[in-house]
Amino acid sequence: MLNKYPLWKNGLLSLLILVGFLYATPNLFPEQPAVQISPVTAVSNTDMIALNATVEKLIQAGQLHPISQENDKQTIFLRFKDTDVQLKAKDLLSAVLGDNYTVAVNLLSSTPKWMRTIGALPMKLGLDLRGGVHFGLEVDINSVIMQHTQGVIKNISENLQQANIFYTALRPEAKQIHILFRDASSLNKAKYLLERQFSDFSLTMTSGKGQPYQLFLQWTEQGLTRLRQAAIDQTINTLRNRINELGIAEPIVQQQGRNRIIVDLPGVQDIARAQQILGGTATIAFRLVDMRHDARLAQSSGVIPPDSALYDYQNQPVLLNKPVILTGNSITDASTSFDESGRPAVSIRLGGGGESAFHRITGANVGKPLAIVYVETKAVTKMVAGKVMYIPHTVEHVISIATIQMALPPNFQVTGLSSTQEALNLSLLLRAGALPAPIYVVEQRTIGPQLGAENIHKGFISIVVGLILAVVFMAFYYGIFGLIADIALAMNVVLLVALLSLLGMTLTLPGMAGIVLTVGMAVDANVLIFERIREELRNGVPPQASIHAGYERALATIIDANVTTLIAALVLFGIGTGAIKGFAVTLTLGLLTSLLTGVMLTRALVNVWYGGRSLKRLPIGI
Amino acid sequence: MCGMVDVRLNVYRLVFKSVFRRVIIVEFFKRQTHINFLGLQRWAVALSLLLLLISLGSLLMNGLHWGLDFTGGSQLQISFNQAVELPALRQELQQAGFKDALVQSYGTSHDVLISLATKEASQHNLAAQILKVLPNAHLKQLEFIGPQVGHELATQGALAIFIALLGIMIYIALRFEYRFALGAAVALIHDPVLILGVFSLFHIEFNLTAVAAILAVIGYSLNDTIVIFDRIRENFRKLRKKSAVEVVNLSINQTLSRTIMTSATTLVVVLSLCIFGGAMIHSFALALVIGIVVGTYSSIYVAGALAVAVGLDRRHFLPAVKEVDSRP
Repeated sequence: MLNKYPLWKNGLLSLLILVGFLYATPNLFPEQPAVQISPVTAVSNTDMIALNATVEKLIQAGQLHPISQENDKQTIFLRFKDTDVQLKAKDLLSAVLGDNYTVAVNLLSSTPKWMRTIGALPMKLGLDLRGGVHFGLEVDINSVIMQHTQGVIKNISENLQQANIFYTALRPEAKQIHILFRDASSLNKAKYLLERQFSDFSLTMTSGKGQPYQLFLQWTEQGLTRLRQAAIDQTINTLRNRINELGIAEPIVQQQGRNRIIVDLPGVQDIARAQQILGGTATIAFRLVDMRHDARLAQSSGVIPPDSALYDYQNQPVLLNKPVILTGNSITDASTSFDESGRPAVSIRLGGGGESAFHRITGANVGKPLAIVYVETKAVTKMVAGKVMYIPHTVEHVISIATIQMALPPNFQVTGLSSTQEALNLSLLLRAGALPAPIYVVEQRTIGPQLGAENIHKGFISIVVGLILAVVFMAFYYGIFGLIADIALAMNVVLLVALLSLLGMTLTLPGMAGIVLTVGMAVDANVLIFERIREELRNGVPPQASIHAGYERALATIIDANVTTLIAALVLFGIGTGAIKGFAVTLTLGLLTSLLTGVMLTRALVNVWYGGRSLKRLPIGI
Repeated sequence: MCGMVDVRLNVYRLVFKSVFRRVIIVEFFKRQTHINFLGLQRWAVALSLLLLLISLGSLLMNGLHWGLDFTGGSQLQISFNQAVELPALRQELQQAGFKDALVQSYGTSHDVLISLATKEASQHNLAAQILKVLPNAHLKQLEFIGPQVGHELATQGALAIFIALLGIMIYIALRFEYRFALGAAVALIHDPVLILGVFSLFHIEFNLTAVAAILAVIGYSLNDTIVIFDRIRENFRKLRKKSAVEVVNLSINQTLSRTIMTSATTLVVVLSLCIFGGAMIHSFALALVIGIVVGTYSSIYVAGALAVAVGLDRRHFLPAVKEVDSRP
C-alpha cells in the first residue's frame, strides 16, 4: 500500500487550483466609480471615435481627471477616483451630450485588463448587496386578448363583406367570437373562408333543425400562448427601452413565469420616478374639443352630450369629442424642447400610420382647440369571490389644450407643460413606445445602498467566522489530518467563488449564506473519511492500508449523503425565485466542489505527506 | 510514544508535533461507545411525540407569524442616527394617519421596521409620506408584495417541500430499502414540524428564506441518516450472528463520533451566520440552527428505530441468492 497519486493526477489538481485562484482573484479588487456613455441608437465606428474625442475634450475642459478611459463597442467607460468626481462628470456629460446619448453612473471592477481579457471577472452583486429597486410586474393578458379579439372581429367583418357573405350578428364572447348567419350556405362558405384565414382559432358550427346557423371561433391554446408571449416580449422590449432612457447601468428585465416580468434596477433610489416610468401604461390621445356644447352647463346639469366626455382642465370643465384623432402608437420620436416663450415643451415626430389622417383633420379644424389627453392605466386590487383580482382602471387627464395653428405636419410641438420634469417624463413615455397591455406592480423591493454595504459586510463576516471555526475545530480534533482538511476547505471556498465568477452568477445575501452552509457541510466528507481511517486503525490495520481503506469505503457513503442535499437544492433551484435561487446555486455548486476538494484534494495531500513511507502511527487524533 | 524519528521528519513536523501533542489529541469518543440507543428508544419516542404535540398544538393555536413574502403588504426598514423610542414613533405615525402601521425594532436600536397592510399597488410614494412624518429617518429598505404574489409564493414553498420530500424518498427507496425510506420519511416530516413548532411557539417571522432553510435541512439531516443506513447495511452483511436490534445499535454507535462531529462543525458555522448574518437572514439562519440540532437527533433515533420497528431484517440486505433446484 503505497498511497501515491500518479503525476498527472497531482498535476491536474494543481492546475485546477491555480485556475481557481486566477478566477477567484477578481473579487478582491475594489470597485471604482465610473461613468458610462452610450448612444441611444447604435452608431458607426467613426461616430464612436468622434464621440470619444468629444468626451475626452469635455472632461479635460472640466478639470476632471479620470483614471482611465476605455471603449467597448458602443460604450465609453470613464473610471474615477471617487464618487464626487464621478457625479460631476456625469452631470457635465449628460448636459452637453444631450438626449441622443445615455450617460449612466456605474461601479466597475478595478480588475487588471489582462484578467478581464481572459474572462476573469468578479461576481455580480445582487440588489440586496448593492442597493437598488426590484419590481415584479404583471402583464394584463386578458386585456391583450380582448384587444386582439376586437381586431379580429373587424378583420372578419371585412373578409365576409368582401366575399359577399351576409351575417346577422358578429360579437365577441369570452375567449371566442360568435357569428350568426341566415342560411346554411353562408355558414359553410364563411367557415371555409375563415378557417384558412385565422389559424389561431378553432371553428365549430352548429346548425340543425330549428337551430340558428351559428359559427364559433374559439382561441386555440397555441394561439393564446403565442399571443401572450408576443405581448410579454413586446412589453419587455418596451420596458428595456424605457429603462435605457433612464440611464441605469446593468438593469435586468426578464420574464418570470407565464405573465410576469421582473425588473431589477441596481443603484436606483428614486422609486417614485422609476415606478412612474414602468408602472403606468401611459399614452396620449389627441382629441378635438367639443365647441358645440357648453361644458359648464354639462357639468352643473350632469347631462353630457353622447358624443363627448367631460374632463377637467386647469380647474375648468371641458368637453372633448369622443373620437381619438391620433394615439400614442403613431409617435416615433419625442424629445424635450422649449416653445417660443421658453416654456418646456415636447417635440413629437409621427410615423407608422395615422399622420395623413391627422394632417387632414387638423387642417379641417384650424383655429379650433385640440386637447391632449394623458391616459394612464392603474390597478386597484380587489377581492372578488375570494380571489385577488387586479382591476385596471384608466385615469385620463387633459394635459394640454392648444389651438391648432395649421394642418399639423408629422413634426410638431406640444406646449403647455408645467415643468421640465413633466416634459421629460412625457417625452420618455412617448419615445419608448406604448406598452401592448397594462402592467401592474405586484412586487417591489427597494434596498438602500447603505443596507447593501452592511449586508456584504455581514455576509463576509459570517463566512470568515464560520470558516475559522470549522478550521479550528478540524485541526483540534484530527491533528495533521485536520489541517489537511482545512487546506481543502479553504480551497473549496476559492474554487466555489471561482466557479460562481466564471459562470457569471449574481451573488446575493442568501447566496452568501449558501457559501457559509457549504463550508459547514464540506468538512463532512473529511469527517467520514477520517473516522473510517480511525476505525481501521483501531481494528489493527496498518496505517497505509487504513488510509487507503478509509478513502475507499467512505466514498460511497459520501456520495449517497450528498445526493439528498443535492435533490433538495435542485428543487429549490427549480421552484425558487430570485434570492432563493442564489442560495440553491451556491449550495449545489458548493456540494460539487466540496466533493472534489474533500475527497480528491485531501487524498493528494495525504499521499504527498505520508504516502510511500513506512508509518508506525497516524496523527489523526488518536 | 511519539514515534520513530523519520529521516524525512523535518522541522515543520516537529513543530506540529510539539504543539499538537499536548493540545490536540482530544477525542470525544476515545473508544467506540456502547450506548444502547434502541433500548432508550421508548424515551426517544416519548420525547419526539411530546415535542411533536407541542409543535402541532402551537401551530394550531398560535399559527405561524407569516412574513411579508406570504401575507403581502408593505414593509419599510428605516434607520435613525440615534436610538429611537418606539412608543413615540408609533404615536407619530398614528397621528399622521398610518392607523394600521406596525412598528418594531429591527436588529439594533437605531433600526425600525414598519409594516403596513397596504394592498394597493400604487403605493409608490409611501416611503416619501413616511419620511415626511419622520424627517430624521432615512430609508434602508422598502418592500411591497402584492397579495397575489404572496399566495403564489406560499403555494410554491409548499410545493417545493413536497417535491423535495418525494424525490429524496424515492432515492432512498431505490438506493436502500423501502423500509428505510419509510423511516427516513418519518424523520423528514418530524424535522420540519419541529422547526415550524419553534417558529410558531416563539413567534418568529416565517418567510421565504425560512422555507429554503427547511429544504436545506431536509437534505442535510438525511446526510446523517444515510451514513447510519449505510453502516447498517454493511454490518448486516458482515455480522451474520447478530440480531437486527444489535446491528442497528452497533451501527449507530460506530457512526456516532462522525454524526456528532459533522453536526457540530455545521452547527458552529450556521451559528456564525445566525449571529453575524444580520436581521435580513436571521429567520433563515435560525431555521438552519434548529434544523441541524433536530436533524441530528432524528437521524440517530427516528430513522433507525423506525426501520427496526417496521421489521427490518438481515434478509433484506443479503445479495439475492439464486435458488436453483437441480433435483428432478
